[in-house]
Amino acid sequence: MKRDPLARKGLLRRLPEAWRQPLAVVGVVIAIVWLVVAVAAPVLAPHDPLAQDLPRLAAPGPGHWFGTDQLGRDILSRVMYGARVSIPLTVMLVALSVLIGGLLGACAGYFGKWVDETIMRVADLVFAFPTVILAMVVAAALGASLTNAVLAVLVVAWPAYARVTRGLVLGVREREFVLSGRLLGFSAWRSLRVDVLPNVTGPILVLATLDIGTALLLLSGLSFLGLGAKPPSPEWGAMVSSGVEVFDSWWVATFPGLAILTVVLAFNFLGDTLRDALDPRTARAIKERAL
Amino acid sequence: MPPPRPRPRRRGLPPLARFLIRRILMAVLLAWGITLVTFVLTNLVPGDPVAANLGQRALGDPAIVAQWRAEHGLDKPLWEQYVLHLQGVVQGDLGMSQQSHRPVSEDLAEYVPATLELAGAAILVSLVLGVAFGVVAALRRDRLSDHVLRVLSLVGISVPTFWLALVAFYVFFYRLQITPGSGRVDPALGAPPGVTGLQTVDALLAGRWDIFTSAVGHLITPALVLALYTIGLLTRFTRSAVLEVLGQDYVRAARAKGLPGRTILLRYVLRSALVPIITVAGLAFGSLLSGTVLVEAIFAWPGIGQYAYKSATSLDLPAVMGVGLVVGVVYLAINLIVDVLYGVIDPRVRLQ
Amino acid sequence: MTLTITDLKVSIGGKDILRGVDLSLQEGRVHGLAGESGSGKTMTGLAVLGLLPHGARVTGSVALGGRELLTLPHKELNRVRGGEVAMVFQDPATSLHPMLTIGRQLTEHMRHHLGVGKGEARARAVELLGKVRIPGAQEAYGRYPHQFSGGMRQRIAIAIALACSPKVLIADEPTTALDVTVQAGVLRLLRGLCDELGLAVLLVTHDLGVMSAVADEVSVMKDGLVVETGPRGRVLREPAHAYTRSLLDSLPDSSTDEGVR
Repeated sequence: MKRDPLARKGLLRRLPEAWRQPLAVVGVVIAIVWLVVAVAAPVLAPHDPLAQDLPRLAAPGPGHWFGTDQLGRDILSRVMYGARVSIPLTVMLVALSVLIGGLLGACAGYFGKWVDETIMRVADLVFAFPTVILAMVVAAALGASLTNAVLAVLVVAWPAYARVTRGLVLGVREREFVLSGRLLGFSAWRSLRVDVLPNVTGPILVLATLDIGTALLLLSGLSFLGLGAKPPSPEWGAMVSSGVEVFDSWWVATFPGLAILTVVLAFNFLGDTLRDALDPRTARAIKERAL
Repeated sequence: MPPPRPRPRRRGLPPLARFLIRRILMAVLLAWGITLVTFVLTNLVPGDPVAANLGQRALGDPAIVAQWRAEHGLDKPLWEQYVLHLQGVVQGDLGMSQQSHRPVSEDLAEYVPATLELAGAAILVSLVLGVAFGVVAALRRDRLSDHVLRVLSLVGISVPTFWLALVAFYVFFYRLQITPGSGRVDPALGAPPGVTGLQTVDALLAGRWDIFTSAVGHLITPALVLALYTIGLLTRFTRSAVLEVLGQDYVRAARAKGLPGRTILLRYVLRSALVPIITVAGLAFGSLLSGTVLVEAIFAWPGIGQYAYKSATSLDLPAVMGVGLVVGVVYLAINLIVDVLYGVIDPRVRLQ
Repeated sequence: MTLTITDLKVSIGGKDILRGVDLSLQEGRVHGLAGESGSGKTMTGLAVLGLLPHGARVTGSVALGGRELLTLPHKELNRVRGGEVAMVFQDPATSLHPMLTIGRQLTEHMRHHLGVGKGEARARAVELLGKVRIPGAQEAYGRYPHQFSGGMRQRIAIAIALACSPKVLIADEPTTALDVTVQAGVLRLLRGLCDELGLAVLLVTHDLGVMSAVADEVSVMKDGLVVETGPRGRVLREPAHAYTRSLLDSLPDSSTDEGVR
């Protein structure tokens, strides 16, 4: 790794370039719109998401712009309230996986030996299974509920961060400024916190942003399978699932799905642009080698 | 001082064989780990299989509960259950499924080929399209086609598979009536004589064009829905892998030799880019297997995705363990193949 | 057959890299091109073969025996590359493809440019390997680059460059990535090949010691321009330009002794 200890500043310095990319702008705009919707849903939503007082399976039109479902609930309001369920959960989920996975990975990379071995073997075992299948088994075993679904996704998500952090820590550990810190008497923990971790945040940030989309897809997928949110909660995946049996009333499943799609897309746009901005290779600098 | 010689070949097994043996041993170890994990997961968790499988009335009667537990070996200590389980696995006995009341192995034998056919078709399409798009995007870097492909692939990995399945089903079957409905083949025609379990292949082997076309027609929509995510994934990875290689010195050196562009692309660029690409292809297959759980239900595709879901929700423990085992092992086999391919493609790996 | 570069200007992304370079190569003579990093010396070599990075703008003239290389259509430029003008790059660890045997890398452009058959190409390749003094040439043919040491890889790279009997060889920092103990051998080889085959060699390097060992003429570059040109002896002993003097002054005394010749 060619980063210097001022890598923190490097990250901040390069962010402004990222904002100017059109994809990132679109992503940020969409994310902000959804954040506003999530926060202001009680004010913005035309109906109570749980009230079943509208005509059933009414097509989109005035008064119910996204139509109604088979229980007479307004889909637009439910989609808006769904943002309050899905988005905070997903962000928290990713934050937790980053924390847990990152910490475990940092310990594995920094302390090495048996700590490293155990953590990586466990991670390997998790990687041996395709994600949805493992998450499904865990969620089913824990019992169908939104919290358990979150836990299930956590179980499948942390190893990726552990592995990345471990690799980064291994790369930084032998650098001079870390060694000199230890010579100055820093304890292992202090060295880890002050010298190693700040240089590791960049790539992790990119991974986490891209992961928000993946986590949302996984979470709503589990709810779709009935292993996550329970009715009558307006969670988007569960809403799509309830639209399956009335699929000819296309609006019931389409709009919640579009909601998922737009949120995931926004974070993928953002993450992709961040990745390009932080990668020295794709930055438009002329390589010294060529001169 | 004489110049140093290249290292002489060691006697014994050729390096490729040694490499293979090492990988296979590691795979066996991991397979054992999988049996352990599936067993632990399905047993040391709060859900009570008794409650999930017996009705309310039966639950109230301790005799029936005890008998049920004894029948399913749940009254023995855990480690003994595991040993029995392991013995059974090695002999091909995966216990009895509680939903279908058949041996799990029979259930799996019936459902696995359907999923393999679906996942196989999807990975083929994904590889062809994903790699092609990725190469085009890399070669036309920063031009319009690159930007378009980049946005399209980002959209591809953002679409919820289960939602897309429903939309595709609605649009192509219900509204436009282009594709046939659910199931693997037109029920009027029936399945071809089972040789491989892959109905498209079996239909060809039996010379039945009508069944073949029906099977393909039924396969297209679910396969494409499944493939969208992996096409997006492969496009992105191929693009960055190829770009990485294009910046390498040896590509510049090849141009300096005056080799034609096509030769450089095929022999120099793709060969190096293949290594990261097949890594992603292995991961992509894993995500395809995952996706089948979400897609099979909507298209009424009788595969292990559906089976897995039903077993998980009814806490049919033997079935869940069986599925976990099979899926884990299949995924392991794929990754083993990927590792072997590394050894074949990159001489640095096998000539340690 | 000589190569003459006249008023070569290159700019990349609005920044001027070369600002009017004049240079001339003759058969059987090694022309050293010296300068610090950033002086544009590598770019000069790349410009001859049209290998500049994406988005570079070039004006001026690069004439090979009367033909203007900068305006050649792509197909003909490809024939010149490797066939008449060849290049050896700095780091043989990265300029050789790690997954192709060196035999393949020796013969593929041979078969493309000269149209020789497989057997004949192999024979020539083995002969070339012998010429650059790779021991066990027959076996080496089927080996991969990572199985050789750094010095041997560079010799292989030189063999590859000479495979189609080019008239001009551009060597971009050929010894910089090698161990000091190995450098002399590679330089000796270059000098020997130049004399034996009548090659015109452009030796790009920042190391004046290397220059003094093998070059006949020396040009010194600074900021995209050639500031001084002349016979090696004269330039290194009595530099006319202040910059050359400062370069020489920064060297330890023993480096400019008559070396390998």
